Amino acid sequence: MNFEFSEEQNLLKDSVDRAFAKSYGFERRMQVLGSAPGWSREAWTQMADLGLLGLPFAAGDGGFDGGPVETMIVMEAIGRALALEPYAQTVVLAGAVLRHGASAALRAHLVPQVAEGRLVLAFAHGETQARWALSDVATRAVRVDGGYRLTGRKVLVVAGGIADRLVVSARTAGGRTEAQGIGLFLVDPASAGVSVTAYATHDGRRAADIGLDDVFVADADVIGDPAGAFPVIARAVGEAIAALCAEAVGAMDEALAMTVDYLKTRTQFGVTIGSFQALQHRAADMFVALEQARSMALYAVMSVAEPDAVRRAAALSAAKVQIGISGRFIGQQAIQLHGGIGMTMEYKVGHLFKRLTMIDKEFGDVDHHLACLGEGPGLLEAS
Amino acid sequence: MQLGFTDEEIAFRGEVRHFLGSALSEEARRKLREGRRLGKEELVAWTRILHARGWAVPHWPLEWGGTGWDPIRQMIFRDEVQQFPAPETLSFGTSMVGPVIYTFGSRAQKERFLPRIARLDDWWCQGFSEPGAGSDLASLKTRAVRDGDHYVVNGQKAWTTLAQHADWIFVLARTDPSARKQNGISFLLVDMTTPGVTVRPVETIDGGFEINEVFFEDVRVPAENLVGEENKGWDYAKFLLGNERNGQARVGLSKARARRIRDLATAPCDAGEPRMADPVFRRRLAALEVEIKALEMTQLRVIAAERGRGEGKPDPASSILKIRGSELQQATTELLMDLIGPAALVRHADEGPQGHDWARGGASTYFNLRKLSIYGGSNEIQRTIIAKAILGL
Repeated sequence: MNFEFSEEQNLLKDSVDRAFAKSYGFERRMQVLGSAPGWSREAWTQMADLGLLGLPFAAGDGGFDGGPVETMIVMEAIGRALALEPYAQTVVLAGAVLRHGASAALRAHLVPQVAEGRLVLAFAHGETQARWALSDVATRAVRVDGGYRLTGRKVLVVAGGIADRLVVSARTAGGRTEAQGIGLFLVDPASAGVSVTAYATHDGRRAADIGLDDVFVADADVIGDPAGAFPVIARAVGEAIAALCAEAVGAMDEALAMTVDYLKTRTQFGVTIGSFQALQHRAADMFVALEQARSMALYAVMSVAEPDAVRRAAALSAAKVQIGISGRFIGQQAIQLHGGIGMTMEYKVGHLFKRLTMIDKEFGDVDHHLACLGEGPGLLEAS
Repeated sequence: MQLGFTDEEIAFRGEVRHFLGSALSEEARRKLREGRRLGKEELVAWTRILHARGWAVPHWPLEWGGTGWDPIRQMIFRDEVQQFPAPETLSFGTSMVGPVIYTFGSRAQKERFLPRIARLDDWWCQGFSEPGAGSDLASLKTRAVRDGDHYVVNGQKAWTTLAQHADWIFVLARTDPSARKQNGISFLLVDMTTPGVTVRPVETIDGGFEINEVFFEDVRVPAENLVGEENKGWDYAKFLLGNERNGQARVGLSKARARRIRDLATAPCDAGEPRMADPVFRRRLAALEVEIKALEMTQLRVIAAERGRGEGKPDPASSILKIRGSELQQATTELLMDLIGPAALVRHADEGPQGHDWARGGASTYFNLRKLSIYGGSNEIQRTIIAKAILGL
């Protein structure tokens, strides 16, 4: 048991942290936020140059053989900077689908494009009726000559409006909520029958609803078993949850650092407000919440490769619950301890709060994951 | 990073578990599982068994009976003992005064006291708190005045746990009344049979007797029982309290209790439905399990980092372990009491309606463990430590 980074991981962390500190300050972030596309191609290219976009892929596919620890390092920096680029969507989530589900030929075709920053991917899985139930897929894929025809509607697809290709889940067999019978398809949003309706999210990103009306997908663009993709989806979403946990830790860490800084500088009644015990203890509680979240983000990293799907899901649910609880507490208290300035769009802490709030709403919130854990065998079986 | 235990660590855990299974009586195990206390004789007998195996004081230096285990192995051992559950050794000796003596004591003190602590030949208790000195420990008033080869001790100690069994007490006493608060305090080892020492038991809200008042009236303590230097006792006390904080997470106990709750709640109870059929109950248990897992991970992080620190230099992050550890022990006993339901009314474990054997007296532990967030540096003191030592406020 050892939680220290290796030398290579320390180098990665240094270069990532330096790069974001240098070129992704809050003012720059606000410029990106206000720009028409809502994300920065320039920053994306920089991430490619640093090797971040190819990080989790196998070297044989054109990547850099990184693991979940390396992803955690990048996501924590993204969380701290509130970066708006679709790293989690393209590299982590859709990337995991490619790594675990795609044929060697498809990987050889797509991974180098992702790694070089030439291909943005988005994972179009969620549907209105599903809330966060992972196997609830109503979109249909019907077998036709040379491929499939997809019909249905995907919602809240983060980066769905800017993606060059969509990874779409659709059912080739089975009932609406069954795990069996789901396939994954690579869809060009410019294809006939695809409609994309993009909109803003509270945390400054863009999502889209994707309409699929008899959209043709060729056999070459089917990812893995067209009726047995659920395990791939579960693994990929598991990795995305671990990455989101790390992002949240970065955002919480930044929110606490800003708050402590503020407590040390803001004066009222002739003294710094950090001299008041009520506020000191609140900050201490924020610190405890942060460290518990950091611990569970590490637990998520430890658990993404767990071969037993039930244990893996339980571990990731537990991590997501802790992140949700800590994120909400730290976000709310960061606003409270800043007072009025925390309520403004001009100041970073409110944006951190909003991102933390939205992270809870991706891939299942505290209530959802507690319910999942309540159904399961328990988290604390004898090791 | 080596996330997860190594094969050697997993094998070690198995070895500990196997030993506990073969060495501890089923009766003692059941008592502990049901939250009942062991008697003095039972703890002494168990300590002797551990001692024979060489595991009575794993964290001590090899010279004095330690094992040479690294902090991770020590934690695995503690965790296994707690979740088995097996008795923990008497912390006042093995974790408090023992390390003070082997770190700051004289050769003669080490030879005289350490072997007897390890075997529980001597039962130790802690003479720190006073009626007027709780969180503000350094305001203590008990005095020790040098008189030839002796110190003459006068004063009163409060909340002295298990003093009724004790052979010895380690005492903080003021030896220089003119010095600034922390500077005039000394650390003395006092034989409880010395004339002038009296013990008054105090009943706690659970109906148990574990705390006492200890009075000192012209108690003559040989000067050779001063630990380290006169007026340096505060340094030794801080060392002791820092070590204490680390041991207070007691994740194994909370894990075992949460598992027991899950088992009990899964079985049908007398109303027919198991409690786990209630989604509100399931949610409460799941939330607790998450918090326990998070604390377990935090403890691993603190302990893994400890390998790079010197002993007696506690990580201020260990205040997290004290805060969350105590809160989760309290929360698990609270959930257990709520699981028990109406049978929680029964005060004594051997009375009450039939069919509730497992539940009787279940509220006692809940009442008793309210102490955890008060002692060992109250949780408010721990928050102040975090605010000042870590956040720089």
